[in-house]
Amino acid sequence: MSRLGDIAVKVRSKNAGPFWLTVDIFCGSQSVFAQVRTSITSARIAGVFGAEIAVVNRYEMDSLNVLKFSLPRPAVQGTRQDRDMHGASFAALVAELEV
Amino acid sequence: MVKVLIPSGALGLGYDRKALARGIAEKPDIIAIDGGSTDSGPHYLGTGSSKYARGSTKAEWRELMEARAEAGVPLIIGTAGTCGADSAVDWLVDITREIVAETGMKVKLAVLKSGQRQDALIDAFGQGKITPLEPAPELSEDVIASCSNIVALAGAEQIQAALETGADIVIAGRTTDTAIISALPLSRGCHAGGVWHGAKIGECGALATTAPNSGTILIEFDAEGFTISPMGADARATPHTVSAHMLYENSNPDILYEPGGHLDVRAAKYEAVDDRRVRVSGSEWVVSDRYTVKLEGARLAGFQTVSLVTVRDPRYVANIRAWCDDIMIKATEKARARVGEGFEIELRLIGLDATLGVLDTEAKAGTEIGVLGLVTAPTESLSREVAKVLNPYLLHHPLTEEEEMPTFAFPFSPPEVSRGAVYEFCLNHVLELEDPMEAFTLTFEELGQ
Repeated sequence: MSRLGDIAVKVRSKNAGPFWLTVDIFCGSQSVFAQVRTSITSARIAGVFGAEIAVVNRYEMDSLNVLKFSLPRPAVQGTRQDRDMHGASFAALVAELEV
Repeated sequence: MVKVLIPSGALGLGYDRKALARGIAEKPDIIAIDGGSTDSGPHYLGTGSSKYARGSTKAEWRELMEARAEAGVPLIIGTAGTCGADSAVDWLVDITREIVAETGMKVKLAVLKSGQRQDALIDAFGQGKITPLEPAPELSEDVIASCSNIVALAGAEQIQAALETGADIVIAGRTTDTAIISALPLSRGCHAGGVWHGAKIGECGALATTAPNSGTILIEFDAEGFTISPMGADARATPHTVSAHMLYENSNPDILYEPGGHLDVRAAKYEAVDDRRVRVSGSEWVVSDRYTVKLEGARLAGFQTVSLVTVRDPRYVANIRAWCDDIMIKATEKARARVGEGFEIELRLIGLDATLGVLDTEAKAGTEIGVLGLVTAPTESLSREVAKVLNPYLLHHPLTEEEEMPTFAFPFSPPEVSRGAVYEFCLNHVLELEDPMEAFTLTFEELGQ
């Protein structure tokens, strides 16, 4: 078992507007992409963020070897409950998943 | 063919001056730059102010105005002053007047404002013309009335109207990031799918290239698609950097919604023209059956005071959560006795899980912890009052009754800092329009004549 962050080229999270968070997993090669796409499911991403699986959108981008997830932000950007204005730190939670 | 020169991802970010000069030498038809986004948070829309300093904005804007005069083509900025509220537009118009006065330039200026009147929006809400996007906060007349600023995101149609005045410079309030780039090539009949796709790729300047900090790029639009050329000496666009940019800060990498339709890039082809330019074709623009513009609104969410203490004692670091839990109970009780209800106290543990909170499964402490106390209350004085109740606990609270009173490290005096008014975004909705201009105002004037 390895951690996603150790085998992927880059795991990035950003705001997609104030209400959405988007996570891009750049796998770098077809072999890593094949491994990641079966292992990293919407259910696991929902678990990481404490979200309902129904609100997690998943995109497989074969030409880029990228797996992408978008979901409503854990807290709306800039509200009292929000801890990360630009949403970039959430990527660490995904990078720490076991693959 | 229409050439759009994009100096950088946003005014105030800076750009490579040689790259801009190279771009001007390419004889662009228009220079387009973005002035903001929501990404820096609700404060800017809440207050109607700019994130960037006035001095640096003026210095960059003056250079762009001079580049425009040299090229003899229009210069357009969208989402002026970070948030695109009317007051932020006025701020940039004032800066523009100063530059005109100082340089002796003559400028035909069109100003497009995106600020929304609350009574008009309340009417539109009553008529069912405002509909939620996912996920949307609950909307009511009271929410609309409580916003300090609401803006609508202009699309290509409103920018085209501004350009049709014959303006040298267009200063626009809130627009979609892409509209300022797409407006002119759409007017001249370039391929709509290619135009919107190129506008999306170009909206962050050189971010879609191998040298993001070089800033300047040129996009050439034509009847079938677009070609992106970075202007930075070492910047290269490759099919990978260009196609990967559709992912960036975009919840859906295939579809982009705009006023009047959506872009679908699933059939797009990315081809290297040479080792630094990329040609894209095959993107599709799908016209929608109703014309909607997205709304953004921010409202006051209270007043906040923050305190910071650092804890280095190993026993306290090891028991930091119990320590904070006890402080929360005692400080909340004491503050309630003093001022009643209505405030919120929160303690975040820097060095443990301040960034991710309960989501963090790997939180572990090092040798010290910073405890960030956040007090939010309906008024400034109440917020400060409660923070002053909290401070003695942060300084001296003991883990047990039996021990000598400990003292922790306040990095400054006073330990509490007022953040003033805090704001929150409270709209994720679209407004249906009969006429694209009905929610926007366009004015025209000649400066320096």
